[in-house]
Amino acid sequence: MSIGIVQFGGSNCDLDVLHVLKDVLGVDAELVWYKEENLERFEGIVIPGGFSYGDYLRAGAIAARTPIMNSVKELAESGKPVIGICNGFQILTESGLLAGALTTNDYPKFRCEPTFLRVEATDTPFTSKFKKGDVLSIPIAHMEGNFYADESTLSSLEDNAQVAFRYVDKDGKVSDEANPNGSKENIAGILSSKKNVLGMMPHPERASEEILGSKDGLKILESMVEFISKK
Amino acid sequence: MQYQADVTIELKSGMLDPEGTTIKRALEHLGYKTESVRTAKKYTIDLQAENVQTARETVEQMCQKLIANPIIHNYAISLRELQ
Repeated sequence: MSIGIVQFGGSNCDLDVLHVLKDVLGVDAELVWYKEENLERFEGIVIPGGFSYGDYLRAGAIAARTPIMNSVKELAESGKPVIGICNGFQILTESGLLAGALTTNDYPKFRCEPTFLRVEATDTPFTSKFKKGDVLSIPIAHMEGNFYADESTLSSLEDNAQVAFRYVDKDGKVSDEANPNGSKENIAGILSSKKNVLGMMPHPERASEEILGSKDGLKILESMVEFISKK
Repeated sequence: MQYQADVTIELKSGMLDPEGTTIKRALEHLGYKTESVRTAKKYTIDLQAENVQTARETVEQMCQKLIANPIIHNYAISLRELQ
């Protein structure tokens, strides 16, 4: 089993994800430069955070149009798990693999801080190790993380249980104060309709070891690994 | 034929425009009262096309596939022939 971590020019969380998968979880993982188009050897894909192509045009817009993303789409269509973190989430919405868009934070500043997330869906390859309603501490680091979708898209995301995580306070309550960027319905992460593609603004790889202050993010990657090994 | 297209991309109405709001506030510091300030981006694209209709269709496709994000943006194209 091997997991591929896609590197674009400007990706910068690629090595952190590699470290967590290889050194913390002991899984075979490999960096894949964006010019490579054959992803058949991978059982799952991570699109890491960063500032691909300097956020030119819109965050994630250029990376979403590279040929490797066609291969990521094929891999996702075959049912294999794909997770996009931060810029990776922006790339997934820009490429149409996930619904909605990520726009500038309502208070237009780069926010890098811990957030609390509530687990909203557990029947997914990424959240099977949680219970519904679990509150996680996982940090964000972004300026374009304001999730936007029109009302009909939002209600279909809710109806199909495609909201994975919401920003909440430490007691698990949704509030405006707990929303760091103005996201609609406090949405921090969403799933594709088949649930095998997850995009999230918070960084699970930055909450994967004791020394980092939280290990809540590790369970997301662990769930993904377990999903792959059970297949 | 050589054409030049000015493509203007703006946020759909009703969408938050934090940059525009900040500029509105700064204008108030200078004593200017405004109803609203909204930001837009302009791209100038030079291209060859057989005729004006093909040029417009091509730029339209560029907007839909890359330059605008139809979920959040409206776009306008202004096209002229270059001599």
